[in-house]
Order: sequence, then C-alpha cells, then structure tokens
Amino acid sequence: MATRESAKASPEQMLYADLLFYGCWASIFIMVITYAVYVSGLISPHIPLEKLPHLWRLPVKDFLHEANAPHGWGWALLLGKGDYLNFLGIALLGAMTIIGFLTLIPAYVRKKDWLFFIIVVLEVLALLLAASGILGTGGH
Amino acid sequence: MVRGLRERVGACLWAALAAVVASPGWALAAEAQAAVPEVNKPWWFWPLILLFFCFVLGIIAVLAGVGGGVLYVPLVSGFFPFHLDFVRGAGLLVALAGALAAGPGLLRRNLANLRLALPVALIASTCAIGGAFLGLALPTNVVQICLGATIIFIALLLATSKNVERPQVKAQDAIGQALGMSGVYYEESSREVVEWKTHRTLPGLILFIVIGVMAGMFGLGAGWANVPVLNLLMGAPLKVAVGTSKFLLSITDTSAAWVYLNKGCVIPLMAIPSIVGLMLGSFVGVRILAVAKPKIIRYLVIGVLLFSGIKALLKGLGIG
Repeated sequence: MATRESAKASPEQMLYADLLFYGCWASIFIMVITYAVYVSGLISPHIPLEKLPHLWRLPVKDFLHEANAPHGWGWALLLGKGDYLNFLGIALLGAMTIIGFLTLIPAYVRKKDWLFFIIVVLEVLALLLAASGILGTGGH
Repeated sequence: MVRGLRERVGACLWAALAAVVASPGWALAAEAQAAVPEVNKPWWFWPLILLFFCFVLGIIAVLAGVGGGVLYVPLVSGFFPFHLDFVRGAGLLVALAGALAAGPGLLRRNLANLRLALPVALIASTCAIGGAFLGLALPTNVVQICLGATIIFIALLLATSKNVERPQVKAQDAIGQALGMSGVYYEESSREVVEWKTHRTLPGLILFIVIGVMAGMFGLGAGWANVPVLNLLMGAPLKVAVGTSKFLLSITDTSAAWVYLNKGCVIPLMAIPSIVGLMLGSFVGVRILAVAKPKIIRYLVIGVLLFSGIKALLKGLGIG
C-alpha cells in the first residue's frame, strides 16, 4: 500500500529540480541584463540595429551572408559585441538539461540501475552532439 | 466584491484577447500598406510589439492549457515580418524557457516522473534533432504548408480529445515493467495517494518518434501531442501526463534549439522579448486562472489556431 512518504520524489529528482530552478532563472536574468546592455547601445553590436529590419525577413542562409554573421559556435568569438553577448543567457538555457542529466549519472550508478544509466548517458551524448554543431552547421 | 473583481478580470481578459486578435490584424494591415513595412519602422518597433504580444499570448496559453510555442510559431510567422527560420528558432527557445521554469515544481511534487520521462525523452529528443535538420533543409513554403496542416490538426485535436483523469491500467506490459514506468503521487484535492503504471508502452514510444520530428521541424513545443499519448494511450494519470509532458519539452526542445542556434536561426533582438514576454504573461495567467472561465478561452484559442493554421497553409501555397 502506497503511503504519502512513498509519493515523495527521489533524491536525484529533487537535485535535478533544484538545478533547473537556479539555472533557468539565472539564464533569464542574464538575458534581461545583456539585452538591456545591447539595446541601450552600451556595447556596440556586430550587426547594426538599424540593419536588422532589412535582414530578419530573409532566410537564414541569406541573413548570415548579408550580415556577415557567424554560425555554429562562432558567436562565442563575438561575445564582446552587444548582440552576441545575449547568447550567454541563451546558451545557459540550452545547457541546463545537459547539466541536469550529468547529475543523474552518479545516482543511477549508486543504485546499480544500469538501464537508466545507459539511457541517461545516451541522452547526454545526443544533446552534446546537437549542441556541438558537428551535425552540419552552415546555412540551409 | 468577488463579483466585481470577476467582472473586472473578465473585462481585462477580453481586452487582452481582443489585443491578441487585433494586433496580428494590425500587423497584417501594416504589411499590406507598404511593400517593405519594417524598413520604414525603427528597429525597436517590432521587438516592442512582440514583447506586448507575447505577454498576452503567455496569459492566454496558461488559461487555455496549451504551451506557448504552439501559439507563438503560427501567429508570429503569419503576422510578423520575421522569416519562418527565426520564428522557429525563437519558438523553441520560448517553449524551452517555459518548460524549464515549470520543471522544478513538477519534479518536486512528483508530477513529472523521471522513470516515465527519460526513455520517452531519449526517443523524442534524438528525433527532434532529425526534425530540425529536416525543417531547415526543406523549402520554406513546404514547411509552411506542413505547419498549417499540423496547426489545423492540433486545433481539431484540442476540440475533440477528452483526456481521462485516471485511466484504468489493469496490467502493465513487459516493456513498461522493464523500464519501471510506474509511480506514486499525492493528490492534494482529494488528499489521497495515487499509484499508477503504464501500458501499451511500445506504441507510445513509437508515437514519440513522430512527436519528436514534428517538434524539431516546426519549432513547436509538443505538449499538445505528449499529453494524449501519455494519458490516453499509455494510461498515465492526467496530472502525471501533463507534468511529465512539460518536463519532456525541456529535453526535446533543448536538442532542437541547439540545432537552430548552430544554424544561426536565433536573432536576440526578437528572441529575448519573446521569451521574457511569454514568461511574464504566464505568471499573470496563473493568477487570473483562479477567477477566469478557461472553457471560453479554450474555444477562442481553438478558433485562433484554426485561423492561423489556415493562414500558414495559404501562405505556403502562395495564396495568403
């Protein structure tokens, strides 16, 4: 018979929840700050703000060409520019799930739950592959 | 006093809904006025409109019980001047931010269950990577036609599907048993501990291949598809299905979002007001939920989805 105690989340689930909570709000906070820096003009952008209304209706391939904008992890080299500074918060948002999954690995090893250990490792590899940009960056 | 508050909230809601319905129309009118309307507008014009639009969208999404992404992509691609590539990139980030913000509360209350979510997430997120590449490789008009058809299908699904609060699962199947897809949660409304388990696991897992591809291809959150599969097909209680679906989005959308990010499909000037606007709107929506009549909102959202689906379809066919 299930009890209220058994309805509680597992420790690894609680750890994942805490990590998501702080990571998500930190990334939103960073986004708001860097956006304010960007639109206030405190740091000059790579793509001039006035040019964007001409560019954002183009397909991504043409946009990258016209704006001389980077793809893949090229944004990391432009963090000194107001627009690409915003990618810090966006990248943190995208990294939270990967970090969360990494915290699950030791928990499943401790439990000797090898099936879920494999599932988590495969998921981390899939997410890292997507994040790495190895799977064909470039335009369309 | 309560009635007065209700009326005031009701009036605000209708004003907000009117704003959402009116602002795309206004955007459309502006588009029709000039061949390249945004060229005549200052750079901050469309991001500011988008912030306000997404704030209202966030309120409506909570009241209608749908994710922000499913409303964001068809409406913004249909009525704003941004190319579909950037709308899909921002749509995935919007859905991801919403899912990550909701995730902790759901995980702590055991309404999002790791044992149910992880195997499903592995399938959906790897397929979402494939879907993202497929969506970016296909011509824009083909994606727009498929998006329109999908949105119309979602509207019909929302109108007709009837989820079951606690489906009867007599015996768990072998795959569900091997994966340990069962759990316990505390139902606050009835103060009881609810045990659950899944069945029909294999067809459920197969359907998540399709869901993952569609999420990546169109930049939509896939809550509209996750919930019926988890609840109606696999037999998870509705609360667990909704909670696990929201958590699942944080994994599926992460993989697809990275593909769009690496392809250069994220413009911060429009993506960040979308994320912030929708999240602020969601907070307000949760507060309004207590006094609103979600059924009317739900019908209105179905209407808006049908309208934007037809618009996307016509745009793809070169008619709209």
